[in-house]
Amino acid sequence: MTYIRDVGALARKDLLLELRARDTLPAMLLFVAAVFVVFHFAVPGTPSRLETTGLLWVAILFTALLGLGRAFVPEREQRTFDGLVLAPCDRSAIWLAKSIATLAFLVAAEVVALPLYALFFHPIGGATVLAVLLADLGICGVGTFLGAMAVVTRARDLLLPLLFLPLAMPIVVGAVGASVVASPGRYLLLLALYDLLFAVVCWASFEYVVAE
Amino acid sequence: MSSPSSTAAATIPAVGRIHLPALAVSSLVLVTTALAFVFFVAPNDQSLGFAQRIFYFHVSIAFTAYACFICGAWQALRHLWKRDPRADLASYVCVHQGLIFGTLVLITGSIWAKIAWGRWWIWSEDELVLFLVLYLFYGAYFMLRFSVDPGPQRANLSAVYALFGVVLIPVSFAAIRLAKAYFHPEVFTLHGPNFGGWILVTYCIAQVAMLVLAYTLYRLELGSKRLDVRLRRLREVLA
Amino acid sequence: MAAYPGRVLTARRLGKRYGEKRVLRGIDLGLPRGGFLVVTGPNGAGKTTLLRICAGLAQPTEGTIERGAARAQVGYLGHEPLVYRELTALENLELYGRLYRVPERRERIGMLLERFGLWEARHERVAAYSRGMTQRLALCRVLLHEPELLVLDEPYSALDEAGAELLDAQLAELCGERSLLVSTHDPARVQPFASGSLALST
Repeated sequence: MTYIRDVGALARKDLLLELRARDTLPAMLLFVAAVFVVFHFAVPGTPSRLETTGLLWVAILFTALLGLGRAFVPEREQRTFDGLVLAPCDRSAIWLAKSIATLAFLVAAEVVALPLYALFFHPIGGATVLAVLLADLGICGVGTFLGAMAVVTRARDLLLPLLFLPLAMPIVVGAVGASVVASPGRYLLLLALYDLLFAVVCWASFEYVVAE
Repeated sequence: MSSPSSTAAATIPAVGRIHLPALAVSSLVLVTTALAFVFFVAPNDQSLGFAQRIFYFHVSIAFTAYACFICGAWQALRHLWKRDPRADLASYVCVHQGLIFGTLVLITGSIWAKIAWGRWWIWSEDELVLFLVLYLFYGAYFMLRFSVDPGPQRANLSAVYALFGVVLIPVSFAAIRLAKAYFHPEVFTLHGPNFGGWILVTYCIAQVAMLVLAYTLYRLELGSKRLDVRLRRLREVLA
Repeated sequence: MAAYPGRVLTARRLGKRYGEKRVLRGIDLGLPRGGFLVVTGPNGAGKTTLLRICAGLAQPTEGTIERGAARAQVGYLGHEPLVYRELTALENLELYGRLYRVPERRERIGMLLERFGLWEARHERVAAYSRGMTQRLALCRVLLHEPELLVLDEPYSALDEAGAELLDAQLAELCGERSLLVSTHDPARVQPFASGSLALST
């Protein structure tokens, strides 16, 4: 299918750009480590496993925001958005490819962040890892979409967290719930539902974000 | 777009079919009636007493706010799908009204919490927390809108965001319900009185009053905004 | 769908407003298939905006525009080269080649790079290119998918003399075969090819 090939070509471009620039991924890693250290000093007493799980998700969310803010920077600074919009590919392919690339970086950052968290605070279970994967899908899908919206505004980096955080509440609930509760099924289901619902909305409406 | 020669004098152009002054009068009458019912007709609540009456307004305003947000999303859909040139402004005004009523929801909810449990904020009241999330969401709508120059792109972005909002409402609600399971079970929960008799009547009147009031304000604001646009176009043509 | 089947572009009473600022007003334009229309005018007259609308990057706020060419058949060269600076010339053209589903991609890319004198520099990142080289790469990008309609916004502006001569040769080749809409500050240069002209004023 040509759609898949378009997405592949675009995702390849995004991954190549990041590998060359080499700034987003290292920044995310350093950021998440620094945030963990801040948490240690910011939470008095000995936080329970429940409390530090919440902190893990705060760290993941804000680290993701850091990466998402950079997602459309090449397109914005070099005006290459025009080039993509002119191409005959389906506009939603741009969103999907960028989400896939962002997902790759986020997962790469978590590969370091999760063991670091286990080292500093508490070990993590399988349900947490599954929650991380599901949550990542939602974060990258919605976050990339909002990143494209924010990039055309005057406020830009200022706007992305404002747009993203209210939409991220269900992700936080699903992820934290799945990590702490004995039977995480309902929370994982919430995450999956969120991912599916917003993926459809993003996919259908990206066209309107890029059109002038 | 209407040509300059067909513009009427500086009257607010008709937005809907119902005559605006008649609408304003009826909303005034309805709100007064509602107030009268709430203060004099509705029975006293057994546990919370007289002050509990704010509940009638809190729930009716909440429902009205939801209606505004859903209308906003509906107009947004019409903008994106049917390319209706009037839909963008209508969508914006709907969301604006929704945010105004949403502010009132948070205020009345806070007062109700204070009356019932002596605290100005309760996390265990689902609908209140939901409104807080929506308030942040639609507040960002305004930041988005004011950060883009007027034009088709601003209209498109606003419309898409308004649609996201409507999808967020049920998902957030489910999330908030699920979140309760992992919080410390709080003793504070608020529930409305049992609906029946005069309570139901009073509530219905309050609800209708709020909806009509919202519609009146919507028509007023939309009319004046449309007039603004028209005046600007005229000025440009004459310049 | 073009109102006139022989036309690749028809614009009637085209207008564009950005917020409060009106950039274009009452433009009528017709580009027949195989025609070469030159757009001239001082800075700020709206040439770039007009070309963007014709290429499909912007929507007019008044009037209508009809294009007889699908998105895949349009090539646009703007003020920005629309290439990624951190990628090599080859990678950039590979990307666009894939997106435009160019047949015999590798051969075509090689042929274009050679024609515009970029073959030796094909593995270098665009960030290292001079302005003239970047503009030549942009021309490769525009011509890659052999578009029916070429919209070129001041294509000579960033080129050195050698590059300008390459462009002359290219335009001579395309003249009559494809439809061209070109804006320029130097109408004399493209006069030999032009079949019509449109002058914009502020």
